[in-house]
Amino acid sequence: MTSTHWLELQGLDLRENGVQIIANATLKVGAGRTAILGPNGAGKSSLLRLMHGLLKPTGGRLIWPQTMTQSMVFQRPVMLRATVLANVDYGLALRGIPAAERREKAIAALHRVGLPELADRPARRLSGGEQQRVALARAWALEPQLLFLDEPTASLDPASSREVERIIGEMAATGTRIVMTTHNLGQARRIAEEVIFLDGGRVLEQTPVEEFFRRPQTTAAQAFLQEEAP
Amino acid sequence: MAEITNSLLLATDMVTAGDSRLAAIVALSLAVSFSATLISCLLGMPLGALLAVGRFPGRRVLVVIFNGLMGLPPVVVGLLVYLLLSRAGPLGQFGLLFTPTAMVIAQTVLITPIVAALTRQVIEDEWREYREQLRSLGASRTRAARTLLWNARFSLFTAALAGFGRAIAEVGAVMIVGGNIDGVTRVMTTTIALETSKGDLPLALALGVILITVVLAINAAAYALRQWAENRWG
Repeated sequence: MTSTHWLELQGLDLRENGVQIIANATLKVGAGRTAILGPNGAGKSSLLRLMHGLLKPTGGRLIWPQTMTQSMVFQRPVMLRATVLANVDYGLALRGIPAAERREKAIAALHRVGLPELADRPARRLSGGEQQRVALARAWALEPQLLFLDEPTASLDPASSREVERIIGEMAATGTRIVMTTHNLGQARRIAEEVIFLDGGRVLEQTPVEEFFRRPQTTAAQAFLQEEAP
Repeated sequence: MAEITNSLLLATDMVTAGDSRLAAIVALSLAVSFSATLISCLLGMPLGALLAVGRFPGRRVLVVIFNGLMGLPPVVVGLLVYLLLSRAGPLGQFGLLFTPTAMVIAQTVLITPIVAALTRQVIEDEWREYREQLRSLGASRTRAARTLLWNARFSLFTAALAGFGRAIAEVGAVMIVGGNIDGVTRVMTTTIALETSKGDLPLALALGVILITVVLAINAAAYALRQWAENRWG
């Protein structure tokens, strides 16, 4: 389907304490916006973490045709006991960016997520939705070529979810490639171009998003869509 | 009963009159234990953080050892430091025995394991929460340890106070390496021990009251700080 991929998985395996989490995942990712879908315990988050390098595969390998700068946003935002600005600044500091430049970038990132007025507030005292937007600002400030999101709106109210989706859309529009897991099928439809469907640790489908929702190829995907559909 | 009341009255007089002998003893106690706590934090906190975050051979063994050393008997620490500092010992040439410096060394040895072990517990909990985020942002383990030490600063203040509380209240180690020399190495606990055995209860009681007040005040301050920090920083 896609001629130029930016990541290839070859027979990727992940076993933890004798349990097979991911089994022989072989695929090429080339889409700009990919959603990883599947029932609970399918291994979506683990696959995302394998791609990002937070987990080491017990078998197989990942091939990056060229190295890409990456960031990840987690389901529950993790904020340091510091101000909002300091939290965004921290990621930049880890990349070795000089302090003067950092401040500018951090404030610009807060503007893009619509929270410049919260810069001096203690980050952990913000609402969940605000914290998630700070997490997105922290990721965005790094100007990653690739952004991973693990259920970014699962614990948010609808208004915050919309805002998070808007930010993801804008990041994608500036050329950042997106790979996300989600339980929200509407969200997958709105954001993704391509769906990777997982079940029981196996990659069962990799199809363009419209096709996946209209004509899922496997019975597992059909059952999943029927169960999850409102 | 009358003797206790009498002694208490005399003790109150000494405190309110600002008895200079009493003041010197209290000042030395605070200076020695504060110095020991400071050094213990400089040594024990980075060590505890690396034990929590690091992955190196022998880490588990070190964790068990430091937990065990939390209960070191002060007299044993006093004896060991005495042997190190005595004229024939390896550090004998510096002539530190029976000086306040020797007392600082002994208390540092006594409470560094406490500070390190408590720090490890705090940072281990932090690491569980922040691990993926910090690794995703590209923090090395040593950088993560530094970040989490700062992030847990309010909890670590409690660890430091636990060390200080232990230092200011112990008698065995400072007695052995300080020698309880009047006007030189006499601190609150050693004075209480001596004066009680001599039968001079007012001074012993006055010091006892001050010691308890100091320990209570420190714990109240720690509690207030934690409350404030929780409200301010979450």
